[in-house]
Amino acid sequence: MNDVDYRRASSVAEAIRLGAEPGAAYLAGGTNLIDLMKGHVALPTLLVDVNRLPLAAVTTRPEGGIRIGAMVRNSDLADHPIVRERYPLLAQALVAGASPQLRNMATVGGNLLQRTRCHYFYDAEIAACNKRTPGSGCAALEGRNRIHAILGASDACVATHPSDMSVALAALRADVVVQGAEGERRIAMARFHRLPGDTPERDTELAPGELITAVELPPSPFAARSHYLKVRDRASYAFALVSVAAALDIRDGSVRDAALALGGVAHRPWRVVAAEEVLVGKPLDDTSIAAASDRVLAGARPLRENAFKVELARRAIARALQTARGNT
Amino acid sequence: MSSGKRPRGDSATVDPSISSRCADADRCGVSRRHFLQAAGCAAGGLAPAELPAQPAMRDALPLGARPATTSTSQRIVRLRINGADRELTIEPRVTLLDALREVLALTGTKKGCDRGQCGACTVLVDGRRINACLTLAVMHEGSEITTIEGLGTPDALHPMQAAFLARDAFQCGYCTPGQICSAVALVGELKAQALSAATFDAAPTGAVPRTIAISDAEIRERMSGNLCRCGAYVNIVAAVRAVAEGKA
Repeated sequence: MNDVDYRRASSVAEAIRLGAEPGAAYLAGGTNLIDLMKGHVALPTLLVDVNRLPLAAVTTRPEGGIRIGAMVRNSDLADHPIVRERYPLLAQALVAGASPQLRNMATVGGNLLQRTRCHYFYDAEIAACNKRTPGSGCAALEGRNRIHAILGASDACVATHPSDMSVALAALRADVVVQGAEGERRIAMARFHRLPGDTPERDTELAPGELITAVELPPSPFAARSHYLKVRDRASYAFALVSVAAALDIRDGSVRDAALALGGVAHRPWRVVAAEEVLVGKPLDDTSIAAASDRVLAGARPLRENAFKVELARRAIARALQTARGNT
Repeated sequence: MSSGKRPRGDSATVDPSISSRCADADRCGVSRRHFLQAAGCAAGGLAPAELPAQPAMRDALPLGARPATTSTSQRIVRLRINGADRELTIEPRVTLLDALREVLALTGTKKGCDRGQCGACTVLVDGRRINACLTLAVMHEGSEITTIEGLGTPDALHPMQAAFLARDAFQCGYCTPGQICSAVALVGELKAQALSAATFDAAPTGAVPRTIAISDAEIRERMSGNLCRCGAYVNIVAAVRAVAEGKA
């Protein structure tokens, strides 16, 4: 790990001021940043510790949604009574991620900002990684690419975003609240993480120095029917090969509203509004599920080793939607 | 972890990639513990507790934890560990794990992968289990840190330590302090009815269950952040379950 200075921010304003200094990085749970520093992939010169900022509450909002402070730990969020009752999809996605120890450390803001990545990004011994060193190439394109993206990738980068929480937040139509020197703004989850294009070194739309202060969720009609399905190489403690966040609002046998987002397949959580729309206004059956899958996977471009993900995603979508529907 | 000599053949439990550096620890005439320490140093990881007092070995310490450096970024960090206030002079980049092992000589907490993947470094901070390798010591001023040394003593074992002994829940013992710290927190999380992935697996059609039943599946999922290369999982689950059910 490189030598690094450390400052503990006591207010959001102080954090933003320190975060604007050259070489500064916000330090929350540290589960990704310190790991990347150990691998000489991240080389900040100043760590701005934001752990003691007063951003660790989950509060209800007047219109029925909730505001989740950026410093709420992943484990606390999964076990929060309001989340368990109104957003079980989020709770299920959270406990599908990492290990209990890491969930006790990781924050909501840090989870969103963990790097979109692959093995090659993590290995500083390998020269070719456009995300780590812009313009150096992509070792994964012709290398081992079993775990990589099948949707929305570019010739510059085929890495995936590994967060489970973010997939559920995308399905639940969250907004990310950020604050910078220019003030506060909201970014829809669907746009918060970027596709790689020719600038894969940028994972999100966050501007330099901006700090995530909260995530806001609108009221959810999906509390009764949702499922987070994570398919991975091990039974636990592994990133998703494919994951699906599925949620349904069904009245009188007909789907009134649907939410569908995938993880493990792209540079960001993959939510396709057209796939949700095709489920609405009819009973959930094999035909509508197949139509939704077609829309999610339209334009899929698998690599040499990960063509299996296309069929896996199709089956995982079906399983998640059927489980969310239940037997009623 | 015992430092006593084990019978011949015990080195079979050592990772082959490590033992290949020294074909047979017993034949080399070194104790198993010193063999493991040397092998670990070669891998850039482990260092014995005595190191800070031995200038010749100073360079074996992790950067930032070396006792005398020219760095200007060293600072005083005050930690409360196992009920005692400790004052350390360290750089901010020193992890909690290195502070415990290399500065305070609390070597019960183990360094396995040092990258948050194995759980050997699990300690309790304000009662919650975390990986000490992925957090900086300076972040934890004002917190109550509990390591394996603070859970029990040879004369007064913590119930989880006693259960691990009674159920033979280890082989080489290296992951055991982390397993035990993790398991102690697990029992509290189960009592608090904290969710796990296994809870959802056991639930009908995705609903959040109202009560969480203790089961092997729950314990396996909740212990999945602690790896055991010896594969003592069956007995680890039995030990944790016994304590969780109040039968230890």
